[in-house]
Amino acid sequence: MSATMDTESTYSGYSHYSGHSKKAHRQGRDRHKSPRSKDGSRSEKSVTIQTPPAEPLLGNDASRAEEGQDDNWGETTTAITGTSEHSISQEDIARISKDLEDSVGLDCKRYLGLTVAAVLGLLVFLTPIAFILLPQILWRDDLEPCGTVCEGLFISVAFKLLILLIGTWALFFRQPKADLPRVFVFRALLLVLIFLFVFSYWLFYGVRILDSKDTNYQGIVQYAVSLVDALLFIHYLAIVLLELRQLQPMFTVKVVRSTDGESRYYSLGHLSIQRAALVVLENYYRDFTVYNPALLTASKSRAAKHMAGLKVYNVDGPGNNASGQSRAMIAAAARRRDSSHNELYYEEADHERRVRKRRARLVVAVEEAFTHIKRLQAEEQQKAPGEMMDPREAAQAIFPSMARALQKYLRTTRQQQYHSMESILQHLSFCITNNMTPKAFLERYLNPGPTLQYDRERWFSKQWTLVSEEAVTSGLQDGVVFVLKCLDFSLVVNVKKIPFIKLSEEFIDPKSHKFVLRLQSETSV
Amino acid sequence: SYLISLSFQQRIEIHKLRQGDNLILGFSIGGGIDQDPTQNPFSEDKTDKGIYVTRVTQGGPAEVAGLQIGDKIMQVNGWDMTMVTHDQARKRLTKRNEEVVRLLVTRQSLQKAVQQSMLS
Repeated sequence: MSATMDTESTYSGYSHYSGHSKKAHRQGRDRHKSPRSKDGSRSEKSVTIQTPPAEPLLGNDASRAEEGQDDNWGETTTAITGTSEHSISQEDIARISKDLEDSVGLDCKRYLGLTVAAVLGLLVFLTPIAFILLPQILWRDDLEPCGTVCEGLFISVAFKLLILLIGTWALFFRQPKADLPRVFVFRALLLVLIFLFVFSYWLFYGVRILDSKDTNYQGIVQYAVSLVDALLFIHYLAIVLLELRQLQPMFTVKVVRSTDGESRYYSLGHLSIQRAALVVLENYYRDFTVYNPALLTASKSRAAKHMAGLKVYNVDGPGNNASGQSRAMIAAAARRRDSSHNELYYEEADHERRVRKRRARLVVAVEEAFTHIKRLQAEEQQKAPGEMMDPREAAQAIFPSMARALQKYLRTTRQQQYHSMESILQHLSFCITNNMTPKAFLERYLNPGPTLQYDRERWFSKQWTLVSEEAVTSGLQDGVVFVLKCLDFSLVVNVKKIPFIKLSEEFIDPKSHKFVLRLQSETSV
Repeated sequence: SYLISLSFQQRIEIHKLRQGDNLILGFSIGGGIDQDPTQNPFSEDKTDKGIYVTRVTQGGPAEVAGLQIGDKIMQVNGWDMTMVTHDQARKRLTKRNEEVVRLLVTRQSLQKAVQQSMLS
C-alpha cells in the first residue's frame, strides 16, 4: 500500500489534474466491467462491438498536443499506468479535509438558525390558542358567559391561524439552496421583531389578565384575535421585505471570468452583496460555458516565450537595481522585432481550418450512422421479433462507425475530458429514443455548453469564496466590485446602477404629416 | 499665395431682343423663396434663396450687356429680387411694356492675394 502511495505522490507532481484523473480512472475501471458482460450475453446477435470500452482520455493527455498517438477508445486498447483502485494523492487528502471542516462548521450555524426560527414559529402559533384556553382552564367558573359573539370570534381565529400557517409554509418552508457566509439581515430583523411583539403581548396578558383574573371573556378573545391580525400583518411585512423588494431591477451587474474573459450581464434589484453573489452563481452554472483548462495552455506558452528570450547583464557593478532591470527588460522586449503575432495568426487560422475539416467529417459520419437505424412501428413490432433492439443496443450498434470521427473532433477542440464513452452512448440512446436528428445529437459536442450539462466531476468549481471590500450584508451600490473565487479561476463582478430615465411625451397629430416637393426650377427669360 | 473672394456689385442694362411675339433677355434664372436653396450651385451660402443667373445664351442681349453666369440679381428696375418667389421674379423680368431692364447684380470673383500684387 505504501509503495503505491509513493508512486502516487510523485505522479501528482507532474500533472495538475492528478486528482481528477484518478477519480475518473477509478470510475473508468468500474465501467470496464459492465459493457463486457453485456457483450457476452449478446454474442448471438450479428452486431458486436469490436473495440473494448475504455476510460476517457486521462489528464496527462491534456498536456501533450500530438494526435493519433494517444490511446483512446476509438482505436486501440488503453495502457493503464500502475495505480491501484484505493490510492489517493496528496491533493485528494487536502481536498477531503477541507470539505470536512467546511461542512461541519457551516452545518452547525445553519441548523442553529433553523431551530431558533422553528421554536419561535411554534411559540407564536400556539400563543393565541393559549390566550383563549388559559382562562377556560384556570378560572372557568368566574367567566362571564359569552355566546354567539365569542363563537364567531373563535371561527375567525381558527381561519386566520390556518391562513397564517399556509402562508408561513409557502414562504419560509423551503429547502435552503445555499450556505451564505453571514446571516440575512432582514430575516434576523423579522425574527427579532416577532419575538419582541409576542413577548410584549405575553407580558400584557400575564400582568393584566392572568394576575387579575379578568372575567370579561369576550375581551380576552378579542385580544387574541388582535394578536392574530397583527401576526398576519407581520407576515405581509415579511413578504414585502424578503420577496417583493428585490424584484424591481435597480442594478446591472457585469460578470467576467478571469481566465478567458467570458462576460455576461444580469439585472438585479436591491439585494445584499451575498445574495447578489448567490444569484450570479446560480446563473453562472447556466449561462457560462464550462471552464476548460486545456484551452489556456496556448496563451501561457506564448507568455513564457515572450520573457524567455532576454537576459539581463549588469555591467555597471554590483548594484542590485531590480526595478531598473525589469524596466530595461520590458523596454528591450518592446523594441525587439518579434514575429509572435505572425505565429499566433497562422496558428489560429490553421486550427480553425483543422476544426472545420474534422467537423465536416464528423457530421457526415454521424448522418451516415443514423441512416442505419429505423424505428419500428407498433404493427411491425409483432412481425419481426428477431432483430429488434432497444435504444441502448441500437446506440451500441451504430456507435463504432462514428466513434473515431467524434473522438478526433473532441481532441481537436480539447473537449475530450468532458465526454466519456459511456456518456456518449447514453446520449446517443437518448437521442434515438426521442427521434432526434443527427444534428440534434451533435449539438452537445460541437459547442462547449454550460457547466450544468456536464458531469459533476468535471466542473472545477464547487466551493466558492466571496471576496469583497465591503461588508457582505450591505446592499449593492453603484461601483461595488466583488470577486467570487474558486480554486481554479474567479469571477469578477462589477455593479452599475441603472440610470434614472427621464421620459417625456410628445403628441403627434396623425393629420400633421404633410410633405412638399423639393423644387429647383430654371426658367429662361 | 492664396485666393480671396470678393463680391462686386454691378449695374447691368439689358436691351430686350424681339423674337416673334416675345421679348427675350437671353439668360435663365434659378432660385426663389419657394425653391430649395441647397441645390443652387452658384450660391456661397446654401440658405440663400435669392435669384441667380444659371445660364447665359451665347450672343444674347444679356451676354452683350455683361451679365455672367452665377450672378445674383438683387434688383430689377428698382424692384427688390432678394425675397421673391421664382414666378414673381420671372414676371418682373418679362414685363411686356418694358424694353430695357436695369439689373443690380452681385458677382463673386476670386482674386489673387493682394500681398503678391503689392510685392510685384
